[in-house]
Amino acid sequence: MTLSHSSIVDKAAETAAKATPAPIAVRVRGLSDRAIAWLFIAPAISLLLAINIFPLLWAVYLSFTNYRANRPNAVVEGVGLRNYQRVLTDPDIWQAMQTTAHFVFWTILLQMLIGFALAYLIDRKFRGHAFWTTIVLIPMMLSPAVVGNFWRFLYEPQIGLFAYAVSFLSGIPTSQIQMLGNVSLAPWAIIVVDTWMWTPYVMLICLAGLRSIPDYIYEAAEVDRASAWRQFWSITVPMALPFIMLAVLFRGIENFKMFDMVTLLTGGGPGSVTEVASITLKREAFETWATGRSSAFAIVLFVAVFGLANIYVKALNKVKQR
Amino acid sequence: MRRITKALLGATTVLTISTALPSVSQAEQLTLCWAAWDPANALVELSKDFTAKTKIDMKFEFVPWTSYADRFLNELNSHGKLCDLIIGDSQWIGGSAENGHYVKLNEFFDKEGIKMDDFVPATVVGYSEWPKNTPNYWALPAMGDVVGWTYRKDWFEKPELQKEFQEKYGWKLDAPKTYDQLKQIGEFFQNRKIDGQTVYGASIYTERGSEGITMGVTNVLYDWGFQYDNPKKPYEMEGFVNSEDAVKGLEFYKSLYDCCTPPGSSNVYMTESADAFKSGQVAMQMNFAFTWPGLYKDEKVGGERIGFFPNPAEKAHFAQLGGQGISVVAYSDKQEQALQYIKWFAQPDVQAKWWELGGYSCLKAVVNAPGFAASQPYAQAFLDSMAIVKDFWAEPSYAPLLQAMQKRVHNYVIAGDGTAKEALDGLVQDWTETFEDDGKI
Repeated sequence: MTLSHSSIVDKAAETAAKATPAPIAVRVRGLSDRAIAWLFIAPAISLLLAINIFPLLWAVYLSFTNYRANRPNAVVEGVGLRNYQRVLTDPDIWQAMQTTAHFVFWTILLQMLIGFALAYLIDRKFRGHAFWTTIVLIPMMLSPAVVGNFWRFLYEPQIGLFAYAVSFLSGIPTSQIQMLGNVSLAPWAIIVVDTWMWTPYVMLICLAGLRSIPDYIYEAAEVDRASAWRQFWSITVPMALPFIMLAVLFRGIENFKMFDMVTLLTGGGPGSVTEVASITLKREAFETWATGRSSAFAIVLFVAVFGLANIYVKALNKVKQR
Repeated sequence: MRRITKALLGATTVLTISTALPSVSQAEQLTLCWAAWDPANALVELSKDFTAKTKIDMKFEFVPWTSYADRFLNELNSHGKLCDLIIGDSQWIGGSAENGHYVKLNEFFDKEGIKMDDFVPATVVGYSEWPKNTPNYWALPAMGDVVGWTYRKDWFEKPELQKEFQEKYGWKLDAPKTYDQLKQIGEFFQNRKIDGQTVYGASIYTERGSEGITMGVTNVLYDWGFQYDNPKKPYEMEGFVNSEDAVKGLEFYKSLYDCCTPPGSSNVYMTESADAFKSGQVAMQMNFAFTWPGLYKDEKVGGERIGFFPNPAEKAHFAQLGGQGISVVAYSDKQEQALQYIKWFAQPDVQAKWWELGGYSCLKAVVNAPGFAASQPYAQAFLDSMAIVKDFWAEPSYAPLLQAMQKRVHNYVIAGDGTAKEALDGLVQDWTETFEDDGKI
């Protein structure tokens, strides 16, 4: 027996209609699809509220009190804005903020320059470029704890390869090359390590930007006899700029809260020359146990990073819209 | 079907029993918290006797020194039940007593006949009492420790070096008795070639992150006349912390750092100092006595090659106290068993074995025993050092007091920022602020 084309279609449609489940809301009486959707995301939202939003609000509350976590039995009193006043007028905290700014500025600058240059080079697709890309990416795959310890040994004046290399090139005795113990060199020692580790990350983002530029734009530019220099400044840089800005944002936020590497390399020393804001905050919170004051400091840092990031994201959106 | 049901029932029973068993054994298990270091290994060995005697298993939670305070103070502050017994640092005693972290042991000591007079007085004051010099006990002295020095006896005994040293300084190269002598020895060995290797004068504490440089600096400052406050008026620090003598002491520490330490010594504490000595880099090493047994056993620098001496003297003669007492954590559900452990640990024969295994007993019966001084090559130096100990603040606010000193002295000694007078004046200011916050002044 044969069926006509229309009857086959009708049959298939009927089967499909039967197989299609009725809206869940029909089966779960009294709940709309929207309500069920909320039910599904409720666990994630609750978790977010419990581990992100509640601690944030709690920290805001603590920042207005004299609470100390190591004295749970002491009476907690409100101190108004005193903690904020002390944080904002404390020269040590300003010093830490300056150190952080110095660190963030130089690491971002170096990582952007070197990262973009590497991306540009790798984008040329020379022979073996895939292999070299993998090699370049290795540092960012390592744990910061490993990198910190590894570089501490490299910087060691007596046995460190870094000191040997510098001594070999400059003729300065290795015993005088004290990267981590020298007030002037210690901040740069950390900048070098962070740049070594995170430049590949910037390179990856820049590479994505470069690869997103369609070839026909360059071909059109060549038809117009635009020089390589002109192509770079008029096509490559503007079109890769949103990606570069994104990399700056990511690295800026990360480096603003840098802690592990500095702790491992210098512990904030010599003296306090490498004591970045996160180390000061940790000392205030968990060594001096000034919980109220450290909460105020944390809120100040949060507002600063959040505010700056917001301004930056707006600028980034404008660049993307051009 | 019946078979399946039986099998399921059987499996359920086995599972139930297997999950119940650990909770039965947990009831007879104590957790002891301490730092991860050589004496902790000795305590593990020693505690096997306790388990054999009482059938109570001992579990140990050891944390490296660098995170020891963070980890366990957090545990105590959050009223955690991880530790039944804790060997807490001497400076914690004030805060732990006032915040109710430790069980007060007076009644227990009276009931069990444990007398604090049986222990070395300095260790009772340092590890057990709060307030200091009052008969309120929160711990049993467990591990005596003090900052002292080791030196390369084999280098000191080299005839050619002895001759050269005698000609240069006019006295026999030997363990120093004063800081001038110590510095001269440091200068003598600095950058010297011995057995084809460049060596350096001394390794001293310079660590910034936890308590290192403070332990080193106070160790020297006490001898120059530094005092924490006016003995007649507590918390009056002006003229005591920053006295002329204290300033000279701090200047001396910086000069020692500048002249006689190995390159790259800007962040040195116990481990780094011991490593510098073990690797044959330095002629002398400042370190806590707990490192001595390990160094003595070291194949490269131990045995006949190593010597020990207490802190040199200057205007006064003191040494920085280390060490800890053992306490029962107030939040533990097993306080009875924990007290049982303390009772066992306080026994003279257990204390004697503790010393044999590498721990430093604080019991007079052990340290004053006729053969004690000769029992180990470092025993005499330990005894001499324990007789002159002095400790850092043990106030509930010891942490901010410590951090202020870490910052001030590291800024001056290592970073070369400002003068010694400015550093100590700043310290008085910081400490005053802390005590004002506490309502003590």
